[in-house]
Amino acid sequence: MRSRTTESLVGIFMVAGMLALLFLAIHVSGLTPVSKSDHYRVIAEFDNVGSLKQRAPVRIAGVTIGRVDSILLDRKTFRAKVVLLIENGSNHLPTDTEAHIQTEGILGANYVALTPGFDQIDLTDGGKIAVTHPALILENLIGQMLFKAKEKSGHDQ
Amino acid sequence: MIDKFSQIGSAGIQQVQQLGLSGLFLTRILFRFPRIVGGFKLLVEQLYVVGVLSLSIILVSGLFIGMVLGLQGVNTLQRFGAEAQLGQLVALSVVRELGPVVTALLFAGRAGSALTAEIGLMRATDQLASMEMMAVDPIWRVISPRFWAGVISMPILAMIFNVVAIWGGYLVGVKWLGVDMGAFWNNMQNSVDFYQDILNGIIKTGVFGFVVTWIAVYHGYYAVPTAPGISLATTRSVVYASLAVLGFDFMLTAVMLKGW
Repeated sequence: MRSRTTESLVGIFMVAGMLALLFLAIHVSGLTPVSKSDHYRVIAEFDNVGSLKQRAPVRIAGVTIGRVDSILLDRKTFRAKVVLLIENGSNHLPTDTEAHIQTEGILGANYVALTPGFDQIDLTDGGKIAVTHPALILENLIGQMLFKAKEKSGHDQ
Repeated sequence: MIDKFSQIGSAGIQQVQQLGLSGLFLTRILFRFPRIVGGFKLLVEQLYVVGVLSLSIILVSGLFIGMVLGLQGVNTLQRFGAEAQLGQLVALSVVRELGPVVTALLFAGRAGSALTAEIGLMRATDQLASMEMMAVDPIWRVISPRFWAGVISMPILAMIFNVVAIWGGYLVGVKWLGVDMGAFWNNMQNSVDFYQDILNGIIKTGVFGFVVTWIAVYHGYYAVPTAPGISLATTRSVVYASLAVLGFDFMLTAVMLKGW
């Protein structure tokens, strides 16, 4: 009898460990099984992706519709080639859709925001987004501002 | 003068011998054909003693560590107006470092010391010798199940610790100090990567479990069979295991951050 209780307690212990792993995977790391079959790929080339990372969300109007699958450097054009994995549920993206890289708040992570266009033809698997806007690099902005301020003060003298 | 040098030399040689002995001991545990029939029952018994009975200390300390992280995190992040990042702070620090390391230290104190004392007392009361007389291999009967129970239960304990600690941080940060719940979980999910953070943390706990139980059973098996000898072995087991955990933690972190 004693051995039976021991066994069941050890069983509960093991199950608790697995549940903990499941919780860590799903609730803490936000790992959702992305099966490639119910997603399609769209390619966007950016001048600068900033600190965009793999698995960053892709959003339209703030609603997540996909994830960043991979970020590569195009060896010829020296632009960043970002492969977006978009759910099949939102497969009516016009070909003149624009892609921006935006930031969640000042300290937040980067994500890809899509702005749908008005074209009649939809993007298909492997399609390419033509118009992209690079990530805003805060340092560059500050640099430009300082430069302008300097220029101004130079004129004043 | 010469005497001093020879003393240092002999101490060094002794240390190296001990290291070699522990290595041989480990190979004797690892490269032994497992006997499934009786072995499984012994393993379950030891899993209960080593794993289940350590659960209470892991749960309580995990909860308090998470709660302290919540308090400190909110207090510090408030200065930058970034309380929303609390989830990220709690989850990353727990999953990457505190979970594996604190669990391993507690495990060395709670389970490792018990293993050493138990095996040492078996040695002192000639139980191990009488097993050999009966043609029962003490490594198979006593050491191996304890060793594997330690290696298996350590990652499980650490994962439970992680979950409880994150829940503790959530309790203090969100429920008591009013951090936004959505921001807490969302920032956490955006910043924690399953492979980079959680899986690497689990690899760490596996290594720690291996090292801690190895040290514990080695010191027990080769304890001087007297009362002070067992006391010394228990102390050494805890001290060496804790130092080994901290040292290995640094090395593993260095390897993992280098982009693994």
